[in-house]
Amino acid sequence: MELQGFGHLLLSGAWITIQLAICSLFVGLLFGILGASAKLSSSKIAQAIGNGYTLFVRGMPELLLVLTIYFGSSAVLMAIASIFGYDEYIELSPFIAGVIALSIAFGAYATEVFRGAIQEIPKGQREAAMALGMTRFQTFRRITLPQVWRIALPGLGNLFLVLLKDTALVSVIGLNELMRQTSVAVGNTKEPFTFYFAAAMVYLFMTSISMAGLYFLERYANRGYHGARA
Amino acid sequence: MSDAAIALEINDLHKSYGQLEVLKGISLSAKDGDVISILGSSGSGKSTFLRCLNLLESPSQGQISFAGETLALKPGKDGNLEASNQKQLERMRASIGFVFQNFNLWPHMTIIENIMEAPVHVLKQDKQTAYENAENYLKKVGLLDKKNSYPNQLSGGQQQRIAIARTLAMEPQVLLFDEPTSALDPELVNEVLTVMRDLAAEGRTMLIVTHEMRFARDVSSQVVFLHEGQVEEIGPPEKVFTNPESERCRTFLSSHL
Repeated sequence: MELQGFGHLLLSGAWITIQLAICSLFVGLLFGILGASAKLSSSKIAQAIGNGYTLFVRGMPELLLVLTIYFGSSAVLMAIASIFGYDEYIELSPFIAGVIALSIAFGAYATEVFRGAIQEIPKGQREAAMALGMTRFQTFRRITLPQVWRIALPGLGNLFLVLLKDTALVSVIGLNELMRQTSVAVGNTKEPFTFYFAAAMVYLFMTSISMAGLYFLERYANRGYHGARA
Repeated sequence: MSDAAIALEINDLHKSYGQLEVLKGISLSAKDGDVISILGSSGSGKSTFLRCLNLLESPSQGQISFAGETLALKPGKDGNLEASNQKQLERMRASIGFVFQNFNLWPHMTIIENIMEAPVHVLKQDKQTAYENAENYLKKVGLLDKKNSYPNQLSGGQQQRIAIARTLAMEPQVLLFDEPTSALDPELVNEVLTVMRDLAAEGRTMLIVTHEMRFARDVSSQVVFLHEGQVEEIGPPEKVFTNPESERCRTFLSSHL
């Protein structure tokens, strides 16, 4: 396949895509854990926030979220800056806006995955920790969360694959990730099939690596469950 | 025995689930070195009583004192009592051991990690000390060779012995046992009872909810018979088992011995 010197452009785009996906994954996992904790909290206010979060975000196309955050945030930031007498045009970088939008979306779906997983951990697991004098936070971090991973990993893995491909949406706000670089190459060479096919292969490669990584993570999370007695 | 210090004192403990009152004012005190067995048919409130002592279950009324210190309680949102000082509760829980019917070992940790977890994170022992202590307690329950196994690789009896070692590693002043052999196959019961007999012989203070009548008669200094959330009969085992005052207690024992 002849990429006519645009190969490095695609590679630089792929590198941005990977950074975007990984950053969004970590921030999104944090949102997911917080969302699930809010939904399972005994506080009515926390529950309402958790429910509102998943209701709105899951009810909205990701593209709309990307656009709203990119253009909306600049309006908000400028309004805040003007309070301090600062009147220049401010905007978030497309990368930061992309991470925020994608992690909010990832977090909303991850909230439900975490919530289900936390509920599957028997109550006795937490009771054993608390009966030994561990604090609630220690119990969550040392006892509940490590067991939650095991149950949540397949669901989170699915969400990560979706996230990896949703990074393409951030091309609409001008981030030079893989999809946008591909369009640039197509525009210059007028060979859409060659470049779209090349991009497809790059996405497939990235998802395959992710699936392999997921396999090893699942194997690690299932330690202690192999050869279990019935 | 009579001049031993009071280890645990419970005064007028009540517990309701909505309209249903399962504990109707239980008072009990345990001196250092006492082994108190709590008997009763299912639904008599014996497990609930034990779980209220370290607030795994919230009592609705009453006082709990541990080594002369009263646990500070305040009414919670649902009308039951909750700890008004979380730090105090955690400190008390650290010195009251609790052994569960279902062991509740943590499946994602090896046996030795299960035992080291609370000493390292609650008592802030350094890892080397905690590791050596854990090995000693594993030796005590006869399972040192399992230290690198995972809980799911062990039998129920072995898991319960590990759970006892995990509790002992905190060096608690009182041990609470909530039906420790009820989830075990009959042939595995004895290995757990043997460990418990050794603990009683060491002079540890223990409260045991159990259905093992012969064991209760052998090791207890006091036997309590609960009926419908109240103390129906209390006394030394030779009296309760041979000549109980309560007719209900007599019937219960005759059907369980």
